[in-house]
Amino acid sequence: MIEWYTWVQLGVAVAAGLLCLVLGLAGRKPSDLTIGALALVELLLVAQLVVALLAPAFGNAPSGSVLEFYTYLVSALLLPPAAALWALLERNRWSTVVLGVAAFSVGVMVYRMLQIWTVQGL
Amino acid sequence: MNSAPQSPAAPAARRRMSGIGRVLVAVYGVLALAALGRSFVQIVQKFDEAPLAYALSALAAVVYVIATIALVRSGRGWYRVAWATIVFEFTGVLVVGTLSVVLPGLFPHDTVWSWYGRGYLFIPLVLPVLGMWWLAKHRPAAGTPAETPLAVAAERPAS
Repeated sequence: MIEWYTWVQLGVAVAAGLLCLVLGLAGRKPSDLTIGALALVELLLVAQLVVALLAPAFGNAPSGSVLEFYTYLVSALLLPPAAALWALLERNRWSTVVLGVAAFSVGVMVYRMLQIWTVQGL
Repeated sequence: MNSAPQSPAAPAARRRMSGIGRVLVAVYGVLALAALGRSFVQIVQKFDEAPLAYALSALAAVVYVIATIALVRSGRGWYRVAWATIVFEFTGVLVVGTLSVVLPGLFPHDTVWSWYGRGYLFIPLVLPVLGMWWLAKHRPAAGTPAETPLAVAAERPAS
């Protein structure tokens, strides 16, 4: 796990969450902007998966549980597509809020993943 | 899995959850996913260390999944299931939360409900309350049978 990249990813997830939450509560339907924000979150997660798979080969191994790390990563990878699918099926303001909830959840999970990778004995 | 008496293609208006309720379902879904994932890790990695706590985690995770499904489905049966699962969760978080504070020795390892769900931003404590509030506000047609005749016709094609 590359620490600065993970912090950027966390920032993007929180920003996407705020964006979708604000637009959703303002009554906007899911749009290219909000679904695109979730697509970006998903793209960064896929990149994180690649980094996590390669990093141990370069001497950057997780200090915590590998199984727990990948459980979080796989769960996080499921969220944006699920929320986006929902947004496409039900086009109303609450679907935009759901997009935001998914982005925030990804943020929390990424933070937990960083803890598992870098902090021993949690 | 599809033993439910209603057709999956029930029109949107027949579903209990609409509007902001959808957000509630989404949060329930995320919590169910988180509890399932964590419980999976605990059981695979260190079940021997605390069988009680981890069995409880697994049970809680399954109940969250059932509650999520019950909130989405319509009909009186699912309404009861939703109440039962949500009350179970609320009892669980209160009892286990209190025990983990008063008798920490009893739960040396974390469950979803330890310290009133602190590990999950207290969502396990708040969510059942919101869920019960929602269910109380949206009971299936008061007084009369839960399903309207139209819904019954749609849901019980066999009879």
